[in-house]
Formats: sequence, structure tokens, C-alpha cells
Amino acid sequence: MLHGYGASLLDGAWLTLQLALSSIALAVVLGLIGAAFRLSPVKWIAFLGEVYATVVRGIPDLVLILLLFYGGQQVVNQVAPLVGYDDYIDLNPFISGVGTLGFIFGAYLSETFRGAFMAIPKGQAEAGVAYGLSSMQVFFRILVPQMIRFAIPGFTNNWLVLTKATALVSVVGLQDVMFKAKQAADALREPFTFYLAVAAAYLVLTSVSLLALRYLEKRYSAGVKAAEL
Amino acid sequence: MMLDFDVIWASLPLFFSGLKVTLELLLIALGVGLLLAVPLALMRVSKNPLINFPAWLYTYVIRGTPMLVQLFLIYYGLGQFEAVRESWAWPWLSQASFCAWLAFAINTSAYTAEILAGSLKATPGGEIEAAKAIGMPRLMMYRRIVLPSALRRALPQYSNEVIMMLHTTSLASLVTLVDITGAARTVNSQYYMPFEAFITAAVFYLCLTFCLVRLFKHLEGRYLAYLAPRKA
Repeated sequence: MLHGYGASLLDGAWLTLQLALSSIALAVVLGLIGAAFRLSPVKWIAFLGEVYATVVRGIPDLVLILLLFYGGQQVVNQVAPLVGYDDYIDLNPFISGVGTLGFIFGAYLSETFRGAFMAIPKGQAEAGVAYGLSSMQVFFRILVPQMIRFAIPGFTNNWLVLTKATALVSVVGLQDVMFKAKQAADALREPFTFYLAVAAAYLVLTSVSLLALRYLEKRYSAGVKAAEL
Repeated sequence: MMLDFDVIWASLPLFFSGLKVTLELLLIALGVGLLLAVPLALMRVSKNPLINFPAWLYTYVIRGTPMLVQLFLIYYGLGQFEAVRESWAWPWLSQASFCAWLAFAINTSAYTAEILAGSLKATPGGEIEAAKAIGMPRLMMYRRIVLPSALRRALPQYSNEVIMMLHTTSLASLVTLVDITGAARTVNSQYYMPFEAFITAAVFYLCLTFCLVRLFKHLEGRYLAYLAPRKA
């Protein structure tokens, strides 16, 4: 059905999956930092976090991808000669893709994490302080483990949006599943067939993610009793 | 690093014509999408699986696949079939702008339908009981009580969808349309100035986003005032 392009599409799908997983890892780190910034009692730190979240969420993913890829390319090539490197440097689309998607979804996750931290009863952090834990210890040992349960629904949404946004990185030349489908579609003049295959691949990925995250949510809610109606 | 404002100034007319294209895309997609979403949402809250399932499948597939793939399926994909190329719809389907409207409208209809369905399910039981108690027929109950109430309560979530849709319209630049992002891509390829081109586009989108946020805050104040916490 795919005229021998199946293996090539699978290669691309594997790259897409790697891109999505690396990006979400970076986004979680940036999201935690962003949320910690926004919840900081120091005014200007909170303001910085606020600017990051607001500006990034107000700009389309595609524009940020193009800006950071082409802009990054220019900056790298202006800086490289200064440190004695004269060849033209092509940015690696995978690394810049991870950087860009991580940066974008870090902003979205900072919003999710901020809400989740605020949902934890105040007494928890106060009890930690009363036991003499440092503020770092309170953050990582008391707040983060409890925050996860509140953050899972928002995290699920963001992960699904991120997986779908990975398709955009093909625009700057990453040979992901979208890129491979375009190659095959151009070669055989059967665009519908190949884009439909890509759609199916993404549908599988999102369906599996939904099931996995639903299971995770159940696990993290093990200690919480839901009232039956 | 300094931005070259002469280049930005010279390309502003292009950006403003791009703004017009972006707004057209957004308004048409949202309008058609909302019209499609209302019946879909009503199907989604039906207890009859024969009615519920097709709507569930539609929203699940659309929400589970990337917008870019949907757009390419419609713009590049449909031409693969002889029957489509010879049909009456081909003059439209071979146009990038029509394909973009269609793809965006379909996409937003699925998301909006789910938002509306959630809002319909959350209708306070008393409102429905009251309508039944004074003997409203079913259709009138939907028209006068259930839908107006659900549409209002969907506003906060719908504002998110509208902003997502604004950002989604940037994909139109990938099927040859010159919207705001398309203008930025043109400027970048003419002058090799990615920062000037894409930062200008980003500023346009930021302004639009803030305007939309303000607009919806205003609408919420108007239509959701009865749900606002009471002022002390």
C-alpha cells in the first residue's frame, strides 16, 4: 500500500517520537523553573516568569520555530568567526527543534505547574519549614511530589499539543515522519495516501499517550478518595 | 544586536495586508466552525450511541492529528483522486485560501464541539427542570434555555480556542498564502533578516492575542456577570 516507503515512514516516525520526548523533558525543566519564578515572593523574578509565559503563549509555534531556527543560524554564524571558526555552520534541525519546542511548551507547562503548586494546601510547606527543611528541600520533597497529581490533566493536554506541534519542525528540514511522507508523496504523486498514513501514526501516538497518562493519573490519585454520587 | 528598522518600516505594508488575510482566515474558520460545532455538541451529549459515536469519532480523529497534516490532506491530498478533480468542487478545492478555510473550520469545529458538549453537560439541573415544569416543548427548551446558558458558560474556554485558532492560521503560510507569517517569510527570504522579519510577525500576533483577551474579558463581563463572585 505504501509502495516500499513504509520503512522510511517508520524511520521518520521514530525521529518524531524522539523529538517529542526530548522536547517534553526540556519543557518540564523549563516549566518548573518558570513556575518557581512566577511563584517567587521577589517581585522582579516573578515578573520575569510572567513575561516568559505571556509572551511565548501569545505567539504562534510556527513563528517561534522559524524565528529561533533562522535567527539562531544567523547568530551562530556571526559568533563562530569571532572564536576562529570560519566554515558556514548549518544548525542541526533536531537540536534546534528540541530547543524551540521545549522553550515554547515550558511556558505552557509553567502555567500548569503554577496552578498545581497553588492547589497544594499551605500547611504542607509550612510543616516542612517547621521541621527545619531548607526551601530547596521543601520544594523537591514536599511540593513537587504532591503537585504531580494536580498537574497531570494539564500536562496531558500540553503533551498532546506538543506531539502534534512536532509536525511543524519538518518545515525547517527535520527528516521526521511529515518530511518523509512529503518525499514519498512527491515521488509517487499520491499525497493523500501518505499524509493519511501520517495522520494514522499521530492518532496512534496520541491514543497511546492518553491511555498511559490516564493510568498515571489513577496511580498518583491512589491516596485520594473520590466521592461517589 | 540592533534591529534594522528601515527594513521593518519598508515591509509594514506587506505585514498589514498579511494581517487582513490572517483576520479573514480566523473569522471565516471561527464562524463556520461554530455553526458546525453546535449540532456536533448536541450529538455528543446524546445518550443514543448511534448519534453520539459518529460525533465522538469525528472530534477524536480531528483532535488526535496535527493541523498541518489535515491541511496537507485537503490541499495536496484531495487532488490525487480523479473524481475530485472532475467534480464541481474542484475550482474551490484547488485554491489554497479555500482549502485553508475548510481545514481550519473543520479543525476548530471539533475542539469547539467538545467545549460546548462539556458546557452542555454542566447545565444546572434546575434550569432544565424549570423549563419542563412550565411545559416548554423540547426544541423551545434547547433554543431558549439550554443553548444560551451553555454557550455563555463556554465563553472562558472558547476564548482559549479562539487564541489557539489565531495561532493556527499561521500554518496558512505553508500552503502559499501570505498571511502575517507568510509576510515574515517573504521578508526573511528577501533580506536574509530573520530577526526583523519574525519579531515583527511576533509583535503583530502578540497585539492580536491581547486584543482577543480583552474582547473576551469584556464579553465575559457582559454575558457571565450573573456568575461572577459577589463584590463585598
